[in-house]
Amino acid sequence: MSDCENSLHALYSYLDGELTDDRRAVIQHHLDECQPCAEPYDFEAELRIVIRRKCAEQVPDTLLAKVKAALEREAAGASEA
Amino acid sequence: MADQATFADQAMDLMPSLYAAALRMTRNAADAEDLVQETYLRAYRGFGGFEEGTNLKAWLYRILTNTYINSYRAKKRRPDETELDEVEDLYLYRRIGGLEAAMAGRSAEDELLDRFTDSEVKQAIEALPENFRMAVLLADVEGFAYKEIADILDIPIGTVMSRLHRGRKALQKQLYEFAVERNLTAPSRNDSMSDTHV
Repeated sequence: MSDCENSLHALYSYLDGELTDDRRAVIQHHLDECQPCAEPYDFEAELRIVIRRKCAEQVPDTLLAKVKAALEREAAGASEA
Repeated sequence: MADQATFADQAMDLMPSLYAAALRMTRNAADAEDLVQETYLRAYRGFGGFEEGTNLKAWLYRILTNTYINSYRAKKRRPDETELDEVEDLYLYRRIGGLEAAMAGRSAEDELLDRFTDSEVKQAIEALPENFRMAVLLADVEGFAYKEIADILDIPIGTVMSRLHRGRKALQKQLYEFAVERNLTAPSRNDSMSDTHV
């Protein structure tokens, strides 16, 4: 495989933080020198950030209160037993 | 051995992330709330078995996932082994990445991606068949390592990787469909995005 094919092949392992340090350094070095390979990396990294941000949720106050109450009941029940 | 008295202090801060995952799993707010509550109760009861110093978030996700599989999934049985269409690698990048870079400069693709609404991204994830959805959720939204996902879902690492590979492509295909529906792939000249880059 060429350096470019290698780097494309490693894209997700790289973004997922699953490469060894050595392998990561080799890919990083290639990306620094090869713009066409760096572009999909940047794109996929940005997509990941966008997905993560847009999936964030606020916990409803009612849920927080319910969980706290349930844990308190559980703790009280255990100390009585 | 973890001390039950410290459970709330350690675990409550993780609720936004667990609740978000529960919503993506159950696809329904009432079930998601029940699932989170049940998860916290089970975790509290079993906290003695949690090894201090290990990853609490991963431990809670394992309970969340098991609770979901045992209690909620059974309720609405859907075909579990749905197959995904064969989709090419870098599906979205090949369709909108180069286009945007060529049209309006390097940072434009970031803005294009940012134009997907929260609801579209959530829908795209929720549309994935369950096996793929769980893997994508744990990796791309929660940032767990392959090994952690394997432990949480109780599947081999190779299976984690193949579900991620195919799930991500299907997710990108769905996002692209939203982009086409809303005409995001062909921004007009007087579009606000073009303006910032002229």
